[in-house]
Amino acid sequence: MQFKLEKRPRPSQAMLYLTPVAAVVLTMLIGGAIFSLIGYDGMGAVREIFLTPLTNSYKWQDLGIKAAPLIIIGVGLAVAYRANVWNIGAEGQYVMGGVFATGVALTTYGVTGWWVLPLMAIAGIAGGAAYAAIPAVLRTRLGVNEILTSLMLTYASVQLIYYLVRAPWKDPMGMGFPQTRIFSEAARLPTIIPGTIVHLGVPIAIVVALLVWFVMTRSLFGFQIRVVGAAPHAARYGGFSENRTIWLAFLVSGGLAGLAGMLEVAGPFQRLVPGFPTGYGFTAIIVAFLGRLDPLGVIFAAIVLAITFVGGELAQTTIGLPAAAAGIFQAMMLFFLLAGDILVRYRVKRVVHQSAEARA
Amino acid sequence: MMKFNRRNVLVLGGAAAALPLVGGRALAQDGPLKVGFMYIGTINDNGWNYAHNQGRIYLEEQLGDAVETTYVENVPEGPDSERVLRELAQSGHKLIFATSFGYGDYVLKVAQQFPDVKFEHATGYQRSDNVATYNARFYEGRAVCGTIAGHMSKTGKGGYIGSFPIPEVVMGINAFALAARKVNPDFTMTPVYISTWNDPAREADAARAMVDQGIDIIAQHTDGPAALQVAEERGIVGGFGQGADMSAFAPNAQLTSIIDNWGPHYVEAAQAVIDGTWTSGDRWPGLKEGEVQIGAYNEKIPEDVVAAAEAVKNGQIDGSLHIFTGPINDHTGAERVAAGETMTDEQLLTMDWYVEGVIPPA
Repeated sequence: MQFKLEKRPRPSQAMLYLTPVAAVVLTMLIGGAIFSLIGYDGMGAVREIFLTPLTNSYKWQDLGIKAAPLIIIGVGLAVAYRANVWNIGAEGQYVMGGVFATGVALTTYGVTGWWVLPLMAIAGIAGGAAYAAIPAVLRTRLGVNEILTSLMLTYASVQLIYYLVRAPWKDPMGMGFPQTRIFSEAARLPTIIPGTIVHLGVPIAIVVALLVWFVMTRSLFGFQIRVVGAAPHAARYGGFSENRTIWLAFLVSGGLAGLAGMLEVAGPFQRLVPGFPTGYGFTAIIVAFLGRLDPLGVIFAAIVLAITFVGGELAQTTIGLPAAAAGIFQAMMLFFLLAGDILVRYRVKRVVHQSAEARA
Repeated sequence: MMKFNRRNVLVLGGAAAALPLVGGRALAQDGPLKVGFMYIGTINDNGWNYAHNQGRIYLEEQLGDAVETTYVENVPEGPDSERVLRELAQSGHKLIFATSFGYGDYVLKVAQQFPDVKFEHATGYQRSDNVATYNARFYEGRAVCGTIAGHMSKTGKGGYIGSFPIPEVVMGINAFALAARKVNPDFTMTPVYISTWNDPAREADAARAMVDQGIDIIAQHTDGPAALQVAEERGIVGGFGQGADMSAFAPNAQLTSIIDNWGPHYVEAAQAVIDGTWTSGDRWPGLKEGEVQIGAYNEKIPEDVVAAAEAVKNGQIDGSLHIFTGPINDHTGAERVAAGETMTDEQLLTMDWYVEGVIPPA
């Protein structure tokens, strides 16, 4: 007996939006069961990872600052993926955003003025967009696959950080540790809620998501992106240039990743260190898909991922779950989401072998 | 499952062992002291983090019911560490060990918010009223390894896989080179920095590149046994365990190992917090105190070389030998330490130059 997947003529709209929820619920149930079976407190793990970060108000600030960069990068990636442009290198563009912003912060060191942060933001966006332009050129001019180029450029960007913090930008007072000096006051993001660590980047992330949602649903640009992605032939026939769309997708996703890098380096880090790339650019890929490539969905998906990060650490301190557990839960979520997607778009059909039956 | 069982058994065993001691202590009203540990890698790295975790287990064994420990693994040196530190402090941990250099800024920041919690930062240099630093004189162990390298290397070329060029690492490279060149004046050291404490793939890549350049002894200041595994695979003279005995990964290549023994310090610090006598400060013990230990010597090392290594070890224990005693020239040949002079601890902790024989990385 064999099975094959058959495309559904019309996937259910309701199911498209239910699968992410189902993926999270399934992850909680099956993850809890697996951890119980191998001898941990499985239900406790689910509670600590998924619920405690929400119920403990101390943790909300952590969720906010962890989700903010994921939202900004995830929204940009959602735009690119809608256009069928597979930018996998958001991590590198995030790094370049942080590097360019650091450049501004170090040149204006000791200067006071409200314009320092906006200038850093512009530099960050420019840095991320410029770095994303490299795979865009290679794709539009030479037809090079952007998945490989954008991914590989990530590693190059990390080497650039190592070089900068070891030699030209090294903190003169840092005991030789490769890091820049701490930015001066004007180049650090202010905290918006006194007594917490919630910085300006959190509301900016929400505003960015709303703006992109508006542009994608209400403007010609958004329409063009969606058409080129969904029906390239129709788009060409309709006069939309494919190359132009590729460029736009890369510049938007790269620029937003760069903005996230700027907010991160000016907010939580306040200096450039070798540990600056922490994988936000890669996690944002899960976020974009979990959010259904919809800017508003991305907000929720980013919060879910932030919950698993913060909860994963909680579970270590409270019930002694190993660090890898949070990663396993995140991976299960993506797995169930992708599996659910298949079942929404295709149905499983039993294949009956004609010849075998004829012989019988 | 394994971890829980092992821990439970240890807690029970430790509790039983400590029973006779508990009577003397007045902590019934407070409950056990909660002690938190923050590690940069996993406790299974068989090196740095493994050694710190052994120290944590030793603390539980020694103080039994008087302490309750928690650890968080894989915490990157950045804002994530700040969140974990705050989480530990908020959940009632009164003594927190942050065991990697890059946690420094965040320890100070969180310590300010929790003045009644004591923090101890391994290998750091920034202190405050409730932040102490502690370290071990690894360079003394490096001098023993360097002596063996000077005798055993056939090509006279050693390699050193480092994380970051901070004084801690630079002084290890220098101690190794000084000791090796006392045996073989032509010995050279090539350091390579890989910008992380734990990345087995990068450590192995660096080790392979070294072997290709004719280096036949590799030491490392990173957390795991990857470089030793390459040494084993390529059949070069060998390397050294760092943090813990790594002979299981490289039975032929591991010449000896530097073993970090943090347990006694953890017991001492926890006891001081329980007794209310804890004060901030810097502790830097070494071979003499047993915080740095030299593991078993590989059977392939000739007896006279073992004797030479033991002499260097014992000289540092009885104080007759300090590896940073002049004359010492830097890598350009200029004299840095005059004959008969010994570098002070302060000079060592800010060391940013290489001794003669080290080929500085570009």
